[in-house]
Parts: sequence; structure tokens; C-alpha cells
Amino acid sequence: MNTSIEPKKASRRTFLKGSAATTAGLVIGFHVPFLNRQAIAQGLTASIAPEVNAWVVVQPDDKIVIRIARSEMGQGTLTGLAQMVAEELECDWAKVSTEYPTPGQNLARQRVWGDFSTGGSRGIRGSQDNVRKGGAAARMVLIQAAADEWKVPVAECTVARGVITHGPSKRTTTYGKVANAAAKLTPPKDVPLKDPKDWKVIGKRLARLDTVEKTTGKQIYGMDLKLPGMLNAAVKDSPVFGGKVKSVDDAAVLKRPGVVKVLRVGDSAVAVVADTWWRAKTALDALKIEWDEGPNAKASSASFAATLKAGLDAKDTVIGNSVGDAPAAIASAARKIEAVYSYPHQNHACMETMNATVKWTPEKCEVWVPTQNGEAALAAAAEASGLPPAQCEVYKIHLGGGFGRRGATDYVRQAVAIAKQMPGTPIKMIWSREEDMAQGRFHPVTQCKLVAGLDDKGEITGLHMRISGQSILAGVRPQSIRDGKDPVVFQGLDATGPESAIGYTFPTLLVDHAMRNPSTPVGFWRGVNLNQNAIYLESFIDEIAVATKQEPLALRRKLMKNHPKHLAVLNAVAEKIGYDKPAPAGVFRGLAQTMGFGSYVAACAEVSVSKDGVLKIHRIVAATDCGNAVNPQQIEAQVEGSFVYGLSAALYQECTVKDGRIEQTNFADYPTLKLADMPKVETVIVASGGFWGGVGEPTIAVAAPAVLNAIFAATGKRIRDLPLKNHSLKA
Amino acid sequence: MPKLNVNGKLLDYAADDGTPLLWVLREQLGLTGTKYGCGIAQCGACTVHIDGVAVRSCVMPASAMTDKQKITTIEGVSADGSHPVQRAWQALDVPQCGFCQSGMIMAATALIKDKPNPTDKDIDEVMTNICRCGTYNRVRTAIHTAAKEMAAAKTGAAPKKVAELGKSIMNIEHVAGGQA
Repeated sequence: MNTSIEPKKASRRTFLKGSAATTAGLVIGFHVPFLNRQAIAQGLTASIAPEVNAWVVVQPDDKIVIRIARSEMGQGTLTGLAQMVAEELECDWAKVSTEYPTPGQNLARQRVWGDFSTGGSRGIRGSQDNVRKGGAAARMVLIQAAADEWKVPVAECTVARGVITHGPSKRTTTYGKVANAAAKLTPPKDVPLKDPKDWKVIGKRLARLDTVEKTTGKQIYGMDLKLPGMLNAAVKDSPVFGGKVKSVDDAAVLKRPGVVKVLRVGDSAVAVVADTWWRAKTALDALKIEWDEGPNAKASSASFAATLKAGLDAKDTVIGNSVGDAPAAIASAARKIEAVYSYPHQNHACMETMNATVKWTPEKCEVWVPTQNGEAALAAAAEASGLPPAQCEVYKIHLGGGFGRRGATDYVRQAVAIAKQMPGTPIKMIWSREEDMAQGRFHPVTQCKLVAGLDDKGEITGLHMRISGQSILAGVRPQSIRDGKDPVVFQGLDATGPESAIGYTFPTLLVDHAMRNPSTPVGFWRGVNLNQNAIYLESFIDEIAVATKQEPLALRRKLMKNHPKHLAVLNAVAEKIGYDKPAPAGVFRGLAQTMGFGSYVAACAEVSVSKDGVLKIHRIVAATDCGNAVNPQQIEAQVEGSFVYGLSAALYQECTVKDGRIEQTNFADYPTLKLADMPKVETVIVASGGFWGGVGEPTIAVAAPAVLNAIFAATGKRIRDLPLKNHSLKA
Repeated sequence: MPKLNVNGKLLDYAADDGTPLLWVLREQLGLTGTKYGCGIAQCGACTVHIDGVAVRSCVMPASAMTDKQKITTIEGVSADGSHPVQRAWQALDVPQCGFCQSGMIMAATALIKDKPNPTDKDIDEVMTNICRCGTYNRVRTAIHTAAKEMAAAKTGAAPKKVAELGKSIMNIEHVAGGQA
């Protein structure tokens, strides 16, 4: 192992030559308090004027900069949050831009921006109160400042599009002119918000604020950063989870041009640092690493499946939802229906692989990273750097996809651990796609046994859902497990509540969980446990309908009488697809509904299956009731995208384990839905008002079961374990 | 020193033999609009044009290129994002995270050049780029929109404004100014 800090001279020369040619590259400054795209591009701070409050900066030319605490990863939250501030601020939307406050600033200012974490479809719903009040409070002090200047009562002043008018005298001024004075005023204590019926910006189909740069190549992602004097790192962690590096033979690799250093990252990983990432990556590929594979060396998907299967009949369970005595009702039922389902591991496979850029000195650790959780990244940086949080800073960079993967901080820790071994040199660490596939934070594996008891008329007397398998919280936040219970396991199956309540009433019901945790590291994967829970329940409801000769929509409606919001989206879907009329010849329909992330969703899929077993999804109708719809055209984009994510998983994606390691390595063996397979999606936004639900995730959960139920209607084949590619649909 | 002809300029670069064009563009020439997604020509995020043909630059060694071959990257599609394909993308808010969109746009511009009035089937066959956010349906609509705009331009019609396209096709409201 090379422990020298000094780069090899030959390599250094090569690097300088290389960097001299990169005049078109992007160099960003080191001390940028706020980052937006222009600031990154110009190395400047966007906020040149004092802030009116934490959320709003008004520049002398009336340009408005709105601060966004959550991370933009494609879901449109940046635009939606800006709309909510602008609604209350009464500013001119054409003058709005945005910037990210840093996690370090949030820490220093007693978390004035609240929670930075961007997951669980919480971007809008978790921020709406904060950001609307931020906009309203800014408007109040701006008008107050104008009134003070004119020495008139504030009640005589009004504002529209950032222009303040004193009614009696007809005098006008602008936000930009009074912003400095407003910044000095005491913020109001009582900040009333608009009645939703008066909204003008919320609810509009506004274009996103971040589109143009994404069509010109100018949008900077973490992978695109270039800092002065920066070197690049490629890293390889133990392919077997829990394994360690036994030995590294780096003699040959250190002779390669451009290679600066080979170093250990913790006890489980090795990194190569070079002038370019391509050289670092190819050197790493050539490096001879011997692994101590540890206790999981023989772990396999088959061994996991056997463990989970045993959990289906185990006694060590926790209860998620219980109504009456379902086991007794089932035991005494005239008839029983039983089915076992299973759901595999999946990788998020963000288009941009994990990466982070770090500069470490004994005094300061700075991290530039695409992250869904800036504050967690700051905490990880502090821990890995050995410096207190106040001496660390995280600059959030736009994400090339997140889907839950970038809420984890494993890759931030790695990058800090590398940079710490090269003090003063900024290091950009990028994972290869192969590393990204191997080191996922995988969707948990579960199996589910469903048993329904029926009376002699075919009416359900009881339902038991036994989930056996992996707990995400046990893997990522074990301190959140109380009395052995991971509440997230039961997403969509809760008795009641605003987050993820079941949409059916059964005379008796038992939903319980036998926790079984294989060695694979788990994570929150877009849609989380709602995805497989909806597949289990919605497929089984169809199985009951078939077994009792009931029409699937009619059965659902009967069971959903006490759940009007769930029923409303299902009815909206049925109406839009024309459920009362037959589907076109050879085309078959499948339904699904669920609730999660605070929203009610339903879908109907129309599919055909050829004699050769080729599935074609012709049309999807999907409905969402997210309460308040902030930007309907972006909700449509999320709903459509949810079908791509959910159907990619259902049709193709599984990560299997053999000899302790993930077998899939890239998009060739981990395929994803492509444009040619993409069905037409018609989105119905119900927006019943009065609550705030998420939209990035819930629809994913209905994508698969709607299609699986339609496949059954077309073929009589009930798919109970995924992905579909492992089954033949041939007649 | 070897040279590459990129976006109309002859540029010197220094890279080891076998270095893919993608990494020369990104690390030597500073053209980071072209993305790394898979490294094995599966995802299309690295798509550039070589003499007008869409090529996945992650598996194309730079040393196999001559300085006579004209390379176009996303940065060279237009100086200001005004190419009809880019404008259609903007009008319909196609990108979500955006990481795959440079490659999508490069594949789409090559398709329309080859087939000025592409059918859905043409689009299905050529647009094999991976998008994990799931923008496919808007990609399809944007390709039809751009093709129509380009056909109209040939008859001398004035290009429609981004706002007009967005409003008429998907009822998206573009407000002048904003962050763009």
C-alpha cells in the first residue's frame, strides 16, 4: 500500500497538462454560502441582497430568490415549493429563481429551514406550512416597510406581483425598493395564510424552473463537478456484505500513468486516486485485491427465501393491524382461500451513479454531493472526518435521480475517508455502474401468506396477511424499532390515519409480521413497502373475486363502503377507462387501489397477451387524490414516471444473491422499461382538498397489481412472485 | 498531440489509448453535458453524434477517431438551447432529473434528421435510451412536436414560441423570465 501523500511527479505533470486543456470545464469557488445553478456556473453567490427572511431574498432589481430546503431530484419539488412561497409572497413569478441553503447554515441558524430530508414523498406536504408562512411573513414586512416609508397605515396598502400600492394616494413602490428596510423589521408573530379558494399560483400548471439547463447540457450534477487541483477516485467495496480487505497488491497499478495513490477506505474497501476518473477506474479494475469474505460468504437468495418461508408460519410476530379474531373466523369458515406471494430485492439504479466530492483539511471538511438528505450528509461528514459539524459543510448538488438511494450516506462517508488521506486535495469519488449495482441499499425481500375465510355464501369472514421478511428500519434506523415492530412494514395496511390506511373493511382482519433480516443492506426504495403490500393485497382481492365469482370492481366497491376517499379514486379510474363497457377485443383489464404517503391512488391497466406469451400494456388510467394539487402538470409527470419505475420492477428487476454477493452488474442484466414498452398513461387528479398528500411514490404501488390482475384476466395465470420475466405467459 | 473535431472546433487532447470518447469529452475537454450511465452502451446517456449519426461514446475509443470526423455533443446542438428539439423539450417540460436527457436529445435529433416525420414505431425502434424517472411519454410527444416544427420551418413558417407550444400541446404555462 502506498502511504505517500505526495503525488508521483510524473502523474502530477500529466494531470496539470490535462487540466490545462479543460478551460471549458467548470470550476466552482470554495466558499459559496448558497448554491444555485448560476452561482455554480459563475462561482458567485446569488444572494447579493440581505434576506427579507430565511425563505426570501429580494434583490434591488425586484428579482426574487426563494430558498429551497428539500432536494430536487427530478420530482419537481423545487418548482412546487417556490410556487407555495410565491403564492403567499404575492410576487411576480417571472422574477423568481431558487437557491439551496446549506445544511451547515441550517445548523448554525437553529434549523430555521426545518428538515432537509427529501424522501417519503414529503417534499411538498412536509414543507407546505413552513414555506407558505415564510412567503406570507416576507410579504407582511415588505408592505410594512413601504407603509413606514410613506407614514401611512399598513391597512391602506395592497400588493400585486411585487408592486405595493397605497390606495388613497395611489403611490406605488416595489419589493426591490423596500427590501433592505423590510429586512430590518421584526418578523410578524401571527402569520395568517390564504384561503385555498384564493390561490393563484398553487394549482397552476406552471413550467418547471429547472428545465432549460437540462436540455443544453449545462445542468451540473455531482459527477460533473470540477474543483481547482481536484483528483478523481474510483472505489471498490467488499462484494460480499460484511467482508473485509485481506490484502492488496498495488505494485503494478502504481506504475500506471496518472495513478497517484492506492488507499484503503475503512476495512472493507479500496480506492485508486488518479488524475482522471477513467484512469482511476481502469487501474482499480486491474488491482489485485484479496477479500476476507466474512460470515456471509455463502449467503444466497435461496437461503433467504427458505428463511422467509419459515417466517410465514412462525409465532414470533408483531401485529400491524387487527380487527376482531381473524384466525378464529378463518378456522371456522365454510371455505378457505390461501396464497403465498413473494417480492425480490431491487436496486434503485439512479442514472447518475453514487458520487461525492470532498476537500479535507485538518480545519475543515467540505462536501459537494447530490443528496436527498443534506443534514444527514453533514452528520456523516462530521463523523467520517473527525471534525465537529461546525467545521464541516455540505453543498447540495442537483441529483441525477434519487429514488431513496441518496437518502443514505454510505458513499459520503467513503468519499470523506478517501479525502482525509489526501489533506488539501479535493477528491471526486465516482462509483462505476458495477459498483453501484453491487453496493445498493436494496429494496427489502418479503413473502406474504394471505388466507381468507369465506362463509357459505362466499362472503369474507376474515383475512390474515402474514408478512415475513426484511425490515428497512432494522437495517437503517434500528433505534426506531419499538417492541420489535417496524411500522413501515405495514404501509398501506394501517387501520386508519392520514399516512397509509387500508381501504377495505373486513369483518375480521389480522396483519402481522415475522421479521427476518438477510445479510443484504436495505434501503428506502421509491414506493417502499407500499409496493409489495399493494401487490399482495390487490392480487389477493382479485383471487377472492375469482374464487367467489364476483366481478373485481363490484367486490372492491362492496368492501370499500366505509372508505370514501379510497373509493372515489377507484371510481374515477373506472369511469375514465369506461369500465361499464367491455374492453376492446383481446384486451383485458386489471384494477388496483391503495393509499400511501398521504395520498389515495388507483389504476386500471388494459393489456393483451399473445399466444406466444408476449405482454402488451395498451393503456393505463391512474387517479390520485393528493388533497391539494400544487402543480398538476408535474403530478402527471410523477404519475407517468411511477409506471415506468413500478413496471420496470414488476416486469424485469430483481437483485439475486449468490456466494454472498449481488449477481446483477449493469443494465444488461438489470433491465428497465424502455420507451417502446411504455403504455399510454391517462392521469386523473382528484384533488379533494383539505389535506396534503405526496405524489412521487404512491402510484408505483398500483402499477404492478393493476397489470398483474389484467394478465390474469387475459391468461388465467396468477403471478405470485416477481419479476414477471421469470414466468412464461404462453398459452 | 491528437485532435478531435468537436462542435466545430479542432481540440487537442491527451489520453491513454483505449480511453473512451466519453471520458475524453468529459475529463479532457470539459464537456460534461454528455453523461456516464453504464459504460457498456446500454443506457444511451453518453450519446453524441459522429458525422450526424448517434453513437454511444462510452464504448467508442477516442483514438479510433480522426480529426475529420465531426463530433457533436449536447453543447453543440445549439448555442442557446434554441434547436427545435431542445425547444420542444422545454415546452413540454420533458426532463425530470434530467441526467439522461442529453442522450435522449442527441438520439432524437439524429432520428429526426434521418426520418423527418418519424412514426411511433420509428421512435420505439430508435429511442432505446434508459430514463429511470420515466419521461418516455413526454419524450415521444416532444419528438413529434419537434418534427412538425422542423417540417414547418422548411416551408418558411416562423417557429412557434416555447410558451405557445407548451400551452397548446399540454396546457403548460410558461411565464417569461423565471430561472431560465
